[in-house]
Amino acid sequence: MRRIASIAWHTFKESVREKVLYNLIVFALLLIGAAILFGSISVGIEGIILVNLGLSAISVFGLLMAIFIGIGLVSKEIERQSIYSILSKPVRRAEFILGKYFGLLLTLVINTAVMTAGFYAALFYQKRTLAVADLIVLQAVYFILLQFALVIGLAVLFSCLTTPVLSAVFTFCVYVIGNFLANIRWFGQETGSALIEKATMVLYYLLPNFGDFNVITLVAHGQRVPGYLLLSNSLYALLYVTILISAAILIFEKREFR
Amino acid sequence: MLAVETFDLTKDYFVGFFRQRPKHALDRLNLRVEAGEIFGLLGPNGAGKTTTLKLLLRLVFPTAGTARVLGRSLDDVAMHARVGYLPESPYFYDHLTAEEFLNYAGELFGLPYSERRRRVDRLLERLGVAEARHLPLCKFSKGMLQRVGIAQALINDPQLVFLDEPMSGLDPLGRRDVRDLILELKGKGKTVFFSTHILSDAEMLCDRVAILDRGRLQGCGELREILALGVALTEMVLENPGAELLKELSAHARSVVRTGERVRLEVPQESDVPKLLALAIRQGAKIVSLNPVKMSLEDYFLARTEATVDAAAGQEAVSPPGAKPRQK
Repeated sequence: MRRIASIAWHTFKESVREKVLYNLIVFALLLIGAAILFGSISVGIEGIILVNLGLSAISVFGLLMAIFIGIGLVSKEIERQSIYSILSKPVRRAEFILGKYFGLLLTLVINTAVMTAGFYAALFYQKRTLAVADLIVLQAVYFILLQFALVIGLAVLFSCLTTPVLSAVFTFCVYVIGNFLANIRWFGQETGSALIEKATMVLYYLLPNFGDFNVITLVAHGQRVPGYLLLSNSLYALLYVTILISAAILIFEKREFR
Repeated sequence: MLAVETFDLTKDYFVGFFRQRPKHALDRLNLRVEAGEIFGLLGPNGAGKTTTLKLLLRLVFPTAGTARVLGRSLDDVAMHARVGYLPESPYFYDHLTAEEFLNYAGELFGLPYSERRRRVDRLLERLGVAEARHLPLCKFSKGMLQRVGIAQALINDPQLVFLDEPMSGLDPLGRRDVRDLILELKGKGKTVFFSTHILSDAEMLCDRVAILDRGRLQGCGELREILALGVALTEMVLENPGAELLKELSAHARSVVRTGERVRLEVPQESDVPKLLALAIRQGAKIVSLNPVKMSLEDYFLARTEATVDAAAGQEAVSPPGAKPRQK
């Protein structure tokens, strides 16, 4: 456990020293700030615009951070051979993968916290006040974090399998497809072809369903996320991440470092 | 107790894209390294030295055979707590300083904070990188990185240290430092298992060596013994030898080279040397020098390679029916 924490802390330190991270945070904060301007030209729905744009910015830039840093987590260590000096110590390969995963997750949690703080600052600027009702935005932020947890899991898995570039492509593709799984299943049902219907059904159950985590519009209209959705999405993310990381560990256990 | 023991340790790598075929990186290696000795793994590039170390550290897995390190199986991760390893051409984390990296290495061994601090300070000082402790590793030269690499291999005060080409990238002063360090480790009762292709390092340091070539063990024992198996010769340089003397000496020499007034002779039989020396003195020739020339590791490999090529060519020449033996 201590070794996992140590690798996670080191991964966090490595991530926060990446320049790309700060560029993305600055862009995200700029976009959240710009949402105030968009809001000011949308009479009556300023708040909705700000929540929509602000949370989308957190989601998109967080996703970019998860992909750009996540894809190099394992493959860079192998490429640069820094892994030799780690795995020659009493470190299990599973501990290495778990440490890497939690390290990046910690980075994403802290960055999301910074971006969320920026969002609330923008909201305060617009409304000149903050109410308890504004806290429902945190439910959407929580779902965004669950999505990041899944994306990092995917990035770590692909990072164990292939090069950073291909890992990025695969992770991004799965993310995009995962956002449209409901539409893909509907398309399969509409075609009337049993083969396509089965294929789309397999995709629907196999790939992570990111669409279910998108509650930005819901909270933008001031509606609470239902409790059952909070619970089911949390369990779903936990189960899916466990599967992804277990697969990554299985692959990594067999990997040779020539 | 044996520090390292291998039993028919074999590693094949598969090469080729469409049709993969095995390439023998290590072929049935059997080694026994005693605790407390300095053991050198010698061989040219591609001999299988790094593969052997990686197999012992579970970075690659054996195709066949097995090994024990400090009496434990290779699958036992706990064994790594008593082992240190310096990889070949070490690369560490650019964003960390030397101190942070060593601290991280110490954390992975579960050392408490105060102990880590003490060991990091001592090792940085001992390896001459204390002044650069706050510099990020990306600013380090190759030699300095090598020193940090050695420091991280020693952070856990290991019982057994694997060093892959430890002198690589070091200046003469650095090489001397590392040699002293290896001897110091031996003095403390540690086992040092290092790979090198530099004979002089092995000669100065090793109690015993194993010589690898193309994945096969060529010999194991004291370096002197192994190299003595090859032919040594004596180089004799004389000034102004008479024609008669030269004729007599030439009969026992493998080569005679005249440069101005001096003549250099290579005498293959050591037993001939006293007789030839006495003859030269009797006939009034001035003896400039007399050097027994030991076989170098390069000569050893060259001789073995030539022998292998000759054997292969001999086989080819014999195999076709009615073929004539090869003319030399």
